[in-house]
Amino acid sequence: MNDTIVAISTALGEGAISIIRVSGDDAINIVNPLFKGKDLNKVKSHTINYGHIIYKGEIIDEVLLSIMKAPKTYTKEDVIEINTHGSIAVVNKIMEILLLSGCRMAEPGEFTKRAFLNGRIDLTESEGVMDLINSETELTRKMAINQISGKVSKLITDLREKIIALISNIEVNIDYPEYEDIEVITISKIKNEVKIMKEKLLEILKLSEDGKTLKDGIKTIILGKPNVGKSSLLNALLEEEKAIVTDVKGTTRDIVEGNIILGGVKLNLIDTAGVRESNDIVEKIGIEKSLNLIDDAELVLLVLDASEDLSEEDKFLLDKTKDKKRIVIMNKTDLSYNNSYDKDIIKISAKNNIGIEDIKEKIKEVFNVGSFLSKNLMFFTNARQIALLKSAIESLEEVEKGINEEKEIDMIEIDLKLVWEKLGDIIGANYTEELIDDLFSRFCLGK
Amino acid sequence: MRYDVIVVGAGHAGCEAALACSRMGKKTLLITININNIADMPCNPSIGGSAKGIVVREIDALGGEMGRNADKTLLQIKMLNSSKGPAVRSLRSQADKVTYKKEMLKTLEATPNLIIKEAIVADILVEDNKITGITTEDKETILCDACILTTGTYLKADILVGDSRTPEGPHGEKRANFLSNNLAKLGFKLLRLKTGTPPRIERSSIDFSELKKEDGDDEKLTFSFDNITYYDYKNQVPCYLTYTNEKTHKIIMDNLNKSAMYGGFYETLGIGPRYCPSIEDKVVRFKDKERHQLFLEPESMYYDDIYLQGFSTSMPHDVQEDMVHSLKGLEHAKILKYAYAIEYDAIDPLQLKPSLETKIIENLFTAGQINGTSGYEEAAGQGIIAGINASLKLDNKEPLILSRSDAYIGVLIDDLVTKGTIEPYRLLTSRAEFRLLLRSDNADLRLSKKAYEVGLLSQGRYDKLVNKEKEIEELEEEIKTITFPQYKCNLSEYLKRPEVKIVDYLDKFSKKYDKEVLEQVEINHKYEGYIQKAKKEAEKMIRLGKKQIPDDIDYSKVDNLATEAKQKLEKIRPRTIDQATRISGVNPSDIAILMVYLKRHYNE
Repeated sequence: MNDTIVAISTALGEGAISIIRVSGDDAINIVNPLFKGKDLNKVKSHTINYGHIIYKGEIIDEVLLSIMKAPKTYTKEDVIEINTHGSIAVVNKIMEILLLSGCRMAEPGEFTKRAFLNGRIDLTESEGVMDLINSETELTRKMAINQISGKVSKLITDLREKIIALISNIEVNIDYPEYEDIEVITISKIKNEVKIMKEKLLEILKLSEDGKTLKDGIKTIILGKPNVGKSSLLNALLEEEKAIVTDVKGTTRDIVEGNIILGGVKLNLIDTAGVRESNDIVEKIGIEKSLNLIDDAELVLLVLDASEDLSEEDKFLLDKTKDKKRIVIMNKTDLSYNNSYDKDIIKISAKNNIGIEDIKEKIKEVFNVGSFLSKNLMFFTNARQIALLKSAIESLEEVEKGINEEKEIDMIEIDLKLVWEKLGDIIGANYTEELIDDLFSRFCLGK
Repeated sequence: MRYDVIVVGAGHAGCEAALACSRMGKKTLLITININNIADMPCNPSIGGSAKGIVVREIDALGGEMGRNADKTLLQIKMLNSSKGPAVRSLRSQADKVTYKKEMLKTLEATPNLIIKEAIVADILVEDNKITGITTEDKETILCDACILTTGTYLKADILVGDSRTPEGPHGEKRANFLSNNLAKLGFKLLRLKTGTPPRIERSSIDFSELKKEDGDDEKLTFSFDNITYYDYKNQVPCYLTYTNEKTHKIIMDNLNKSAMYGGFYETLGIGPRYCPSIEDKVVRFKDKERHQLFLEPESMYYDDIYLQGFSTSMPHDVQEDMVHSLKGLEHAKILKYAYAIEYDAIDPLQLKPSLETKIIENLFTAGQINGTSGYEEAAGQGIIAGINASLKLDNKEPLILSRSDAYIGVLIDDLVTKGTIEPYRLLTSRAEFRLLLRSDNADLRLSKKAYEVGLLSQGRYDKLVNKEKEIEELEEEIKTITFPQYKCNLSEYLKRPEVKIVDYLDKFSKKYDKEVLEQVEINHKYEGYIQKAKKEAEKMIRLGKKQIPDDIDYSKVDNLATEAKQKLEKIRPRTIDQATRISGVNPSDIAILMVYLKRHYNE
């Protein structure tokens, strides 16, 4: 009952800051190693502490951290509130880290439930709180349940069926060891299946992450011929939001110039300036590299020069990116306007910082951010599911470890059962039913 | 005549219950229908098996008799799952049915405070919802302060063979005609359950030459932590293996309408166990299976019966003849006893407290098949707990309740009183979520201290336990001091490697440690990660288990509980919050509401 729970207690996305709330016996123990700043074991209760959230050596965000020790807290347990920058990506990342570090995703209304259980508020009061916050919850609950597309859900259901078949066979082997006609499940028999399962899960993980590009940021390239103003645009964008949050481990292929938070959405800007651009020959290697970048990009900002008409290269790039999510930007509108291209474009002057807002709006439109933001739980469950998926994969790795160490099959089965349970949690097979009728399920997350 | 405790029925539950009571100083009367059938094994001639073998170890660790009695009388013994992890290893023995009974009777007769009497109990006497005595079918009244019902399959038992239904107990014994009806009158809800037993074959009529032999393990094994071997392990009695075949299956299918279970002769039939289906069940339900495995198990050295495990049936005698003769090695077999199914009354175990005291009648306890279980070991495990708790109750002491992380017996009783059962309940390894903690090897470490505290375990055994714990501690320390510079670790860490065995380093130890001490230390290290995980889970449960629900709680006064939860909680009356969480139909919100209610009204 007193395990440590976590939830985002502010609406996700737009706000200047988001607050992640952690409550439970282990709140301080879990957050302390992730926090670079004062030792949370030593700071006084009810203080605000400046520092960074660090995970595996990487700075995730600059944060203010409120620490409130039991019993004078909302839940009467130790509570930590992490004030982060309001970007979806950062908040989701921190959530994920907390979940992987031992927190459990709070059930809808669980903070209030704990306040209630620990005698902080009585039922009438909690009903009152519920009325305040339940405007969106019926929707969000449904969304949380229906969130995963049928396809992923089916993949997971299938995997669970495979696992349960293995588990029950192993159990039969244990309970009826003398029955020689029953197939005996051995390490070598499950080794391959476990490998396939892991591949599947990794694939699902990738799918989930891909499907939610907003989580890690949108891979964005700025494309255009030389001197069209790509760098100015880049700078204007980077300055637009002061937060150059982190450096993402760039792959060798992508040269990430920086991450920016634009309208609550994280963009990983990829520089194409290094690509050799030549006015004449399309066959050049540099162009090919550029083309590869286009293939990979999730968003193309294609910059045209307002002062010149479309060049061959412009036309080529327009054609090349026509099936991508792209925003065509007409730069240098402060100069003469000679460009005849008049389709859906954003007019800017990067140099004078004009029109940057419009790009921001456009990006939100292209990625349908509005609808995500209005139903914030979706991201939330997303982080939860991804954390569970990762956790299931971790358990599966424990299974693999057991196999490699040639542990007995019934020991390996213990971890296999965990995989099964965690996958069940993802698709709500374990407890959703119970929770739906639950009084407290009508609560939104957090307060 | 007045007794502290009367135990009704002298099967495996009754024997343990009576011994526990008398050993705890209670003047005890054990009533049986037939003194020659005390501790009878009416079905398989075997003690132990997967999970069950661990229960026998637990009974022994608690100061019970089953393990010791089996050790004295076994014909063969082996460790099941020895190639698997330590959690699922379990002893299984063939016991001699004749000597098993004889030895148990000897022990009972030699126990002070214990009187054995032949009678059939017809009713129990109750005043102010408290038991005061029993009456027999011969109209005798015997008074008592507490009573334990361990009636097995004898309550209104019917033997079913083909289309015949005979009102009698196993082996043509008399059945108890009145007791269950009278229990129903007192408010107990009855269940009608069914179980079956296979035919017995004359040993000399079987051709064993073509059958696969199944031997015991080639080492000395014992159930009891006394570690006394009474058998010659080099000279164990083998079992044999045969299979059904196409011909057998055809006979069964052709005669299905003659089977008591399939023939539809009776409108209401007891519910039989899924895990122990009759051979007709197996053939019908698993049509694709070409053969089913059957074991030929010796029943005793003193008579000629071979038990045909896996062949229980309710076919008429002539069909049974054909079926048996279709089996390899049994072409000319002579059936000494035909297979039969038996139907009997039990009580709904949801009417019990975890102490096995009934909720309706104070100081009335029940154990064994009357509670809806099946199996000698399950019965004995409940018997000893009922005996201990009846004695504790008379001393005004708190009951001994084993949790799901203490013992398989804890799992068994918690399942019964929390979830109830609709079929004869059998323990399975998979029912235990903490099986890694509930091992055969550590039953004494888990339970013996508790048994000593309630006054059941002998001083000698307790001293042995304390010594074992001390040695384990010493060895744990010592292995830290033995280092392997080439691997940059000590033995404590080195042991974690799968290929490293502690017995290979005995010469490095300062003294000679017991085999069992070495085993404990090795398991603790080799499976440390897994054990830690299990312990962490168990702790969660224990925390909720500490939150007690007072006996006098009135659920109708707990506002906001869902109606279904209210009904279930009222019916089951869980003892702790932990138990309440396992009741189906009680949701987390109900638990929450209940906890707040408790805090308010009981300051807990």
